[in-house]
Amino acid sequence: MIQLQNIEKVYRTDTVETLAVNGINLNVAKGEFLSIMGPSGCGKSTLLNIMGLLDEPSSGSVSIDGQDTSRFKDRQLAHFRNEKLGFIFQSYHLINDLQVLDNVELPLLYRNASSTERRRLSEEALAKVGLSNRMKHFPSQLSGGQRQRVAIARAIVGRPQIILADEPTGNLDSAMGNEIMDILMSLNEKEGTTIVMVTHDEHMAGKTHRLVRLFDGSQVQ
Amino acid sequence: MLKNYFKIALAVLKRRKFFTFISLFGISFTLTILMVTTALIDKVLSPAYPDYRRDRSLYISKASLLNTKEGWYNGSSVSFRFLNDYVAKMKTPEKVGIFTFSSSANAYVNNKKLVIEYKYTNAPFWEIAEFDFLEGKPYNEQQVQQAARVAVITDRTATKYFGRAEGVTGKYIELDNVNYRVSGVVKGIPRSNRNFYGEIYLPYSVSKNFNGMAGTTGVRDLSVQDRFIGKYGAVLLARSEADVPAMRAEYAQLLKKVFKPQTEYDKLYIHAESIVEGLARNIFGNNEETGIVRMFTFAALLVFLFLLLPTINLVNINITRIMERSSEIGVRKAFGASSRTLVYQFLIENIILTLLGGLIGLVLSSIAIYMFNQADILPDLNLALNLKVLVFGLLLCLVFGFLSGVYPAWRMSRMNVVYALKAK
Repeated sequence: MIQLQNIEKVYRTDTVETLAVNGINLNVAKGEFLSIMGPSGCGKSTLLNIMGLLDEPSSGSVSIDGQDTSRFKDRQLAHFRNEKLGFIFQSYHLINDLQVLDNVELPLLYRNASSTERRRLSEEALAKVGLSNRMKHFPSQLSGGQRQRVAIARAIVGRPQIILADEPTGNLDSAMGNEIMDILMSLNEKEGTTIVMVTHDEHMAGKTHRLVRLFDGSQVQ
Repeated sequence: MLKNYFKIALAVLKRRKFFTFISLFGISFTLTILMVTTALIDKVLSPAYPDYRRDRSLYISKASLLNTKEGWYNGSSVSFRFLNDYVAKMKTPEKVGIFTFSSSANAYVNNKKLVIEYKYTNAPFWEIAEFDFLEGKPYNEQQVQQAARVAVITDRTATKYFGRAEGVTGKYIELDNVNYRVSGVVKGIPRSNRNFYGEIYLPYSVSKNFNGMAGTTGVRDLSVQDRFIGKYGAVLLARSEADVPAMRAEYAQLLKKVFKPQTEYDKLYIHAESIVEGLARNIFGNNEETGIVRMFTFAALLVFLFLLLPTINLVNINITRIMERSSEIGVRKAFGASSRTLVYQFLIENIILTLLGGLIGLVLSSIAIYMFNQADILPDLNLALNLKVLVFGLLLCLVFGFLSGVYPAWRMSRMNVVYALKAK
């Protein structure tokens, strides 16, 4: 589903050159639930951002669903992300000015979907994460676990084939973290969604199909 | 999509109430001042009661005699002789109205003094100015020739003097101890219209120092000052707008013919010009040029500078707001918004903000104009928000919104997603 070939990412400032990701080759199969672990600053998030086409590799290529993405222009990238990818972030990144329902609807705004269609799909997604009774709330009125579930609803509302999750349980206590993990696992099992998750938590990583460990930008396992 | 933009625009406005207040205040206040000013200018410059034919009229109000060698001059209004003996006999004008600029006289009602501004006119004055006669009629040529003591008064004067605005035709009004029979009552006009304003109108032939001046032929025997300088002004009405240049040309010829440079004065200026030219010459011009280009340049510059302030303010505020919203920008990009879509969103938000400011400005303008009219600062001058001013105002809002949104939106759309998501 995702093929990374010889991915390198170098950050340059005036004086220093930092190699964040160094020669990574990785294949993620369709329907796989993969976790990426490693100490802080090892390049996990950078790798995930490259997979999600949010960041460009300095060299190497990213293919998703059989398509080489290196020559995509801004609009193609936007379209591709919208259709194929869903993101979950550690700090949720909900838009605080919008109600839960409007937050979930966001990816559908960039498609040709009618407002009734958007509403129906958003309500469905919220039902899946168990938040049907919080649609008219604002993010600030929700707990951390609830916010992350809204973020999951937003990530799945467009039915993407791939979900990229950057420490989705990082800000939550273990009970809430388990809840989030259960939702992700059921998505993977029932809907066949491919999931790549960056985590610090061995216990969470243990629940996934495969574990990749990074150290100083290189794959060690 | 638009509904979503609208929601977020309102939410952003609500979130930072102080910024919103400053933005909206800037926009609406600027717009209010602009709209009230244009309403005022529009009222003064565009054809209005009773002077509806400004497009084919030229006005004379000032005469200046110069001695350029010694650098002194003599100037005032224009002599009756010059206007009546020469200007009124021109071929191209359909009619020439001659009048004094108003001066005041005393009347007494129940032993209380009333100051009334009177204006002397000739008979054609009444054919050029399209006054609304509430009753009666103007005095005619014959009455002027016979120096009949008749008067046209305004409704305001009638109310002040007789205690009522109707049924006063045929009654007498005493002014500086002379009785005049009221021949008609007209609706009054604002003082700002100097050419036509008066509270009582009298035939020029009854003026105290007139003494049979009309039709004087011995002009050449008089001093050069007396030949050209006096208390009168005139309005020349052409047959059509197309005739105006011919009328100007004939007038220029006439001036050359009647005045030859002499030792005492070597230059004479008596301009016959449109209202706008007259205004421009008064403020920006001199005897040689009208200053009309300078006036419009100045006005445009003023409007531009005036608009620049709130625009810069808005650009600043917008950039601050973008930084606050970088997480939102990152999320939108991650979920499929292209840079172009984001620019579009931000421009729309900004236009919503400025239109809101425009709406408030409109309400403020209406209130300001209402208060201006109520306060009766200039009697009989009723300002109105006309359609031209309104459309102009709305257009300005859009330009505002666009200009102050483009740069911030462009910066926003170029933001790197990862960076945008990290910035918190």
